[in-house]
Amino acid sequence: MAAERTGAYDEMFTPGQEPRKSYGQVAGALRELSLADVTARADSMARTFLDRGVTFDFAGEERPFPLDIVPRVIPADEWTVLEQGVAQRVRALEAFLNDVYDKMAVVTDGVIPRQLVTTSAHFHRQVHGFEPAGGVRVHISGIDVVRDAAGTFRVLEDNVRVPSGVSYVLENRRAMAKGLPEAFGQQLIRPVEEYPRRLLSALRKTAPSGVDDPTVVVLTPGVFNSAYFEHTLLAGLMGVELVEGRDLICRGNRVYMRTTAGEQRVDVIYKRIDDEFLDPLQFRADSMLGCPGLVNAARAGGVTIANAVGNGVADDKLVYSYVPDLIRYYLNEEPVIANVDTFRLEEKEAREEVLDRLDELVVKPVDGSGGKGLVIGPDASKEELAALRKRVVADPRGWIAQPVLQLSTVPTLSGDKFGPRHVDLRPFAVNDGDDVWVLPGGLTRVALKEGSLIVNSSQGGGSKDTWVLADSPEVPVETLPRPAITVRERVSVWPVESNWRDSQKEQQQ
Amino acid sequence: MLSRIAESLFWIGRYVERADGTARILDVHLERLNHLPMEEQRSVAQELLAVMGARAQSEDFGLPELLNALAYDKQSATSIAGSLGAARENARRARETVSSGLWESLNTTYYGLNQHRKDVVGTYRFCNWVLERTAMVSGLADTTVSHDESWQFLVLGRSLERADMTARMLSTRDVLSAGMSWVNMLRCAGAYESFLRTRRAAFGDQHAAEFLLLDRLFPRSIVYALRDADECLAKLDPSAQRVGFINDARRIVGQARTFLEFHRTDDLMSELPEHMERVQKAVSQASDAISRKYFNQADELAWVGEVS
Repeated sequence: MAAERTGAYDEMFTPGQEPRKSYGQVAGALRELSLADVTARADSMARTFLDRGVTFDFAGEERPFPLDIVPRVIPADEWTVLEQGVAQRVRALEAFLNDVYDKMAVVTDGVIPRQLVTTSAHFHRQVHGFEPAGGVRVHISGIDVVRDAAGTFRVLEDNVRVPSGVSYVLENRRAMAKGLPEAFGQQLIRPVEEYPRRLLSALRKTAPSGVDDPTVVVLTPGVFNSAYFEHTLLAGLMGVELVEGRDLICRGNRVYMRTTAGEQRVDVIYKRIDDEFLDPLQFRADSMLGCPGLVNAARAGGVTIANAVGNGVADDKLVYSYVPDLIRYYLNEEPVIANVDTFRLEEKEAREEVLDRLDELVVKPVDGSGGKGLVIGPDASKEELAALRKRVVADPRGWIAQPVLQLSTVPTLSGDKFGPRHVDLRPFAVNDGDDVWVLPGGLTRVALKEGSLIVNSSQGGGSKDTWVLADSPEVPVETLPRPAITVRERVSVWPVESNWRDSQKEQQQ
Repeated sequence: MLSRIAESLFWIGRYVERADGTARILDVHLERLNHLPMEEQRSVAQELLAVMGARAQSEDFGLPELLNALAYDKQSATSIAGSLGAARENARRARETVSSGLWESLNTTYYGLNQHRKDVVGTYRFCNWVLERTAMVSGLADTTVSHDESWQFLVLGRSLERADMTARMLSTRDVLSAGMSWVNMLRCAGAYESFLRTRRAAFGDQHAAEFLLLDRLFPRSIVYALRDADECLAKLDPSAQRVGFINDARRIVGQARTFLEFHRTDDLMSELPEHMERVQKAVSQASDAISRKYFNQADELAWVGEVS
């Protein structure tokens, strides 16, 4: 299984074609298998996904999310750094959002221009001036990171609105445990199955004050949403109701759901709908997905919405370019993970440089997600570049430019051959107000097309199971402490056994 | 009906349920076992085999041997292949009574036993396949056989075996304490989602064990299975007494069930091993009592190799 060399950093092989230490077990397991075995297993994994309904919706069609058989392995020391970096970023963004919807001290202190915040498409004045119930805005986040050609982790973008993909992390691990069991032996891989519990406890913890036993629901746009599978999985694993907008009603700034036993109060809504569709009274009046009155209920503190409405301003890619400054400003710390160098096109010099080098750079719309609207200079045709130039000049606030990153690669099975494919990583963080917990690993997305740098599932991307190795046996295995009971010294509670005929005899005597 | 036929049906119920339970246990534990270092794997494999009621033949009994003993060994009534073979044999002896649907599904299952690779990955698939087949067999039994005496015997066997299997499932916790989480325990019984919906935020060992042992609505819980068995016994012998029970089996099953149902404890986990042992004992005694009363045979089939 030879990896071809590209300019990128390969996660499995050193430049000398030796497998790195962390991949030893994986390489060993794959070496033992014939190619026919590997493809047979990959096929059966794909079938299992389809059977289990692990799909995403692509143009109205349910497709299995392709899982590659080679896992991505992150050694413990690298993970520790990533974990800190992600948590730090989440804390900074949390502080930023609290500030932006309050006094805007960050603007007054000149860290970020006021205009930048107020012109962001996802800055919602509707939620200005109140602190959400529970005090948390970024309950769940997915911070996309990539490794550049030198192997350094860099943050590519922040997702603090509705980050999706965690269901694939959970499902991938289950599939891999059955698909490539040989690679698991003898090394400790940190488990991911506690995610739903962590999420539920964070959501319950941030419920409005005064509620003893908060009711949590997951709010989905419905079965046609591309991430519907994830909504069902998370609701199922948390054991909570999956509701649609029409199941909810707001009255007196409280939210209720219609159940067979009448209306039941809802305290925490895990919102999987875009803000624009959430509340027709505040946002799009034509939205049928939301429930009128939700935003007012949140303002009055009658319900916790996770993530908070208006978080999109922190996802803005122009705000992203200020995040290192925000970290210094709010936390008084140096950023643990660096950003990717970013040109702000509103600045005249940067814009001119970018327009000159349009064919070398990646240009992205500031509010895009899922790789929509992104143009990779070296791959684009002359016409595309000309069109892009026009749009950038017309709306410099709407775009950013970054150098083309050679994302790191991991060997990937394609057809009947292994080859290096580019990957990114989305670690998921859950914030319960006191503590930011980062799920060990996260979603590794891989561009299945050779040489492609676009990993989005809607554009021919797949995923890999992501293993974080534990450095010491103490850290991982999820065993609840339980009293050691050996079979001998246990208690006895059942009545003493005897044949009922025997005891009858005794009585007769 | 003929005692012999009744006995066959009773054992079809037991064997099919045994195959189902063993497949569930194997499927979940295999994952865990596979991650263990060699020596530990060996000792755990042997203990697991003991929980399932058989003894290792040799010292170097490891993972491959365990797979054979629990999944593929056709000679042993402990293994999936053995149980399904025996179920089919019983159905063959009672062919004129069982519906053709039931017979054919058992027969097809029997012939499908060999078409699986016997390594770890193959065994995962084998277990899945077994779960599908056993579900089909019990579905056909429920929908194509009249719910008369003969069906009662089948369900009786199934319920008793189910209680026994869930007890064994819970006993395996002791064997694999290292990292065997209650999540896997619940998955084993197919109870994970039901449990989450019932208990919501209350997670933990104690709750999971309680659910599998005492829940009145989850069909694979021990109390539920024993209640099913009790109902079957009552329908088979509706003679009502003013006082007590003449029927030994009813007494045994009823005592075990009521003890569990009415037992109050603050420390279920430390009592669990005893509960499990007593449930298994009650099941085997009830099975004996049923044999004596209805089947009237000197040489009765019993659960192989009781290891205490």
